[in-house]
Amino acid sequence: MVELTASAPFDAGMERTIGAVTLRAAETGPVTALMPYAGQERALSAALERAHGLEFPAAGRMTSAGQARCLWSGLDQAMLIGVEPDPALADHAAVVAQSDGWAALTLTGDAVADVLARLVPVDLRPAAFEQGASIRSELGHMMVILARTGPQQVTVMGFRSMAGTLLHELENAMTALAARPKG
Amino acid sequence: MRLPCPLCGSRDHREFTYQGAAVMLDRPAPDAGAEAWDSYVHLRDNPAGATRELWYHGAGCGAWLVVARDTVTHAVFGAELARQVRR
Ligand SMILES: [Zn+2]
Repeated sequence: MVELTASAPFDAGMERTIGAVTLRAAETGPVTALMPYAGQERALSAALERAHGLEFPAAGRMTSAGQARCLWSGLDQAMLIGVEPDPALADHAAVVAQSDGWAALTLTGDAVADVLARLVPVDLRPAAFEQGASIRSELGHMMVILARTGPQQVTVMGFRSMAGTLLHELENAMTALAARPKG
Repeated sequence: MRLPCPLCGSRDHREFTYQGAAVMLDRPAPDAGAEAWDSYVHLRDNPAGATRELWYHGAGCGAWLVVARDTVTHAVFGAELARQVRR
């Protein structure tokens, strides 16, 4: 049997600092889309609580417990990240493996909101985009999930097929922002 | 222009796609007759003033919204999930 070697969307350990922002490749672990069936959101949330210790997130929010995170990602949809989904979740929701479909990055630093303001039409300053927020929007012309994962950190998840473009867009914005005179 | 998505909050116009007047939600019964179906498929008002329209939040939550707005003043009054309007 052929042994295939998994490759990551970005070079392992990729890290770039430009100006006041550091961009790093993020390891997500398993990524699973959870889409509750009609009227099943509460039952799904209870099953998630039992299996993984976290609830199904409200719109615009993220829940977490240990290695597991659940990021709201749209109408009746959230991404369970960091753990393999418990089979019992499938009683209440469409459960779809998407691990190889996503590419994740973190942006860390003082100017994260300024960089993203050039690309995303949503206010991502810490006061408006608080700890535990997870939204869906566009970055340039790409669909992304954005989550506040630290006081100075935002995690960006884009489609893996667009990983190069995601990196390019972010590096361009970081470079352009860093080139501006201070003041 | 910004639209108040019930799930995502106030969002920029570029995240949405316009479909048309919200009359598409009022689908006639299969046996409603040719006149009702002709009206449903082809006939639209061209209002100056308050309108109800369908918008798709494609670069956000993926929901269809019914947006109430005014074509004269450009005021946006609000938005609801289309699936709740239909209920
Ligand atoms: Zn929305």
